Amino acid sequence: MTPELKGFLLLAVLKMLVVFTVVLVGVAMLTLMERKVSAWMQNRRGPNRVGWAGLLQPAADGVKNIVKEETFPAEANTVLFILAPAMMFIPALCLAAVIPWAAPLPVNFDWNLPLIGYVSHHGPMSMAVADLPIGFLFVLAVSSLSVYGIAIAGWSSNSKYSLLGGLRSSAQMISYEVAMGMSLVPVLLLTGNSTFTEVIRAQQQGIWFSASLTLSFFVFLVAGLAETNRLPFDLPEAESELIAGYHTEYSAMKFSLFMIGEYANMITVSAMLATLFFGGWDLPGRWDEGGTGLATLLTGVAMFLKTFFFLFFFMWIRWSLPRFRYDQLMALGWKFLIPLALTYILVVCVAVWGIENVAGITSPKVRGLILFGLNVVACYVVFFILDRGRLLSGSYRRQAPAGVRG
Amino acid sequence: MAIGVKVMKRPDRETSYVRAALKGMALTFKHMFQPKVTMQYPEERSTADDRGSYSVAPRWRGTHRMLADEQGRSKCVACGLCPQICPANCIKLVPGEDEEGNRYPLIYEIDEFRCVFCGYCQEVCPEEAIHVGVHFENAEYSRDRFVYDLERLTSQTHSVSTLWDPADPRGQ
Repeated sequence: MTPELKGFLLLAVLKMLVVFTVVLVGVAMLTLMERKVSAWMQNRRGPNRVGWAGLLQPAADGVKNIVKEETFPAEANTVLFILAPAMMFIPALCLAAVIPWAAPLPVNFDWNLPLIGYVSHHGPMSMAVADLPIGFLFVLAVSSLSVYGIAIAGWSSNSKYSLLGGLRSSAQMISYEVAMGMSLVPVLLLTGNSTFTEVIRAQQQGIWFSASLTLSFFVFLVAGLAETNRLPFDLPEAESELIAGYHTEYSAMKFSLFMIGEYANMITVSAMLATLFFGGWDLPGRWDEGGTGLATLLTGVAMFLKTFFFLFFFMWIRWSLPRFRYDQLMALGWKFLIPLALTYILVVCVAVWGIENVAGITSPKVRGLILFGLNVVACYVVFFILDRGRLLSGSYRRQAPAGVRG
Repeated sequence: MAIGVKVMKRPDRETSYVRAALKGMALTFKHMFQPKVTMQYPEERSTADDRGSYSVAPRWRGTHRMLADEQGRSKCVACGLCPQICPANCIKLVPGEDEEGNRYPLIYEIDEFRCVFCGYCQEVCPEEAIHVGVHFENAEYSRDRFVYDLERLTSQTHSVSTLWDPADPRGQ
């Protein structure tokens, strides 16, 4: 192995360790944050007994979950029952690897380390563990794998509630993945590439995609909520209907793994939202391509704040909105989000073609601003004219049987 | 579609999901900055009167208390009405009589585990001796500590319940 390859591998291992640790600690802190936010929204204080302001509560919960008794339901399929939490947990953790968390950091070293030998690295280091060429397609692909975990957990528990939860979850995730994938096509149209780095660069050159592709952002946000099984789409869990859905029969650390998986998915979706639609680590007004440690630090903080905002937003939605009924959920996915995303692809295609070929504008900034103007109109049409009980109706009329006048 | 639901004709502004959702979210966000209502229990405690932020209702029926006269003896005359009326049969009373013919309880024990805190003993007592108290912190390390004897009942100091008066339901 060349010293360059060794240096690359060394840095990759270090980045893996850091991202893995940060995501797991972040998940632990998110469980606390969820309880705190829910408490504040209900005029309560939330956990504040363990550690200062309850900061050690996640540790206490972790210890409790590890020492609790593991229960296995009778007649459960033990192998799959044990496997299911891992199948939910591992894809969720993999996803954090492809997000660029900050501007590239220049790393230069030539060391002779014991056991490893000569290692060297020169030039900017991407702050993603793996800057994959397939970019967000990887996220779409791997995040769908967690549906296996949920469906298998539901089936192997041999409990009707779990099974219903697992089935609901599969149906829901498959429906919303379509809308989610389609909402990313306009991003691809403007970027021309699916890597996160290129998406960020396109937003640095133009304007943030949340302004130029607002409806895509909206569809992705709603589909992301559904993908993470958060309220108002938590039908797989639906405690008032299914006790706890697919993890009804789970206890102790196996149950915890589902929770960790859910929160890790939340982190990923939030980071994706920040990266794809809010410029990623891009700071407004900073156009230099990283280059210094300070730039990496500042952009890292910017990325953290953006992700944190969306994490808060998810909790905010969870503690504000009631759960959808199942037919409403399906109607929203199939009858509203997918047609909307499809129409929007068409609109953006025509607009981009018109801007480039008819108006002859090539500046990404001007193009972004024109698209922003278009989006203001589109949002008004969707949210104020069409959304009057037409797009998402609370309930549907009974269909008259054929041949009978309704 | 699965369920035939009667659809009401409602004005547009009431049926818009997006606007209703935003309204709800604005409300929850506002609540984040409102004063918290949680009592921090071991540090803050409720008081029997209205002086603190939290108070126990004066007619709260908690663990018992035996009132004493000026000489420090219990007011109980061992008439036997309270074990008679007690629906849970938790009062054990063995009456005694001194040289002047005054009755007093030799043994007076209340099993607080059996007690249902109905307050009949306080209502029936002709001497206003036994009372249910405005008190709720009763933790003990062993079960037998929950049989309160006469000495313990007399040495309690918490305030006593005013019970519920049907003629004055709000206690005014």
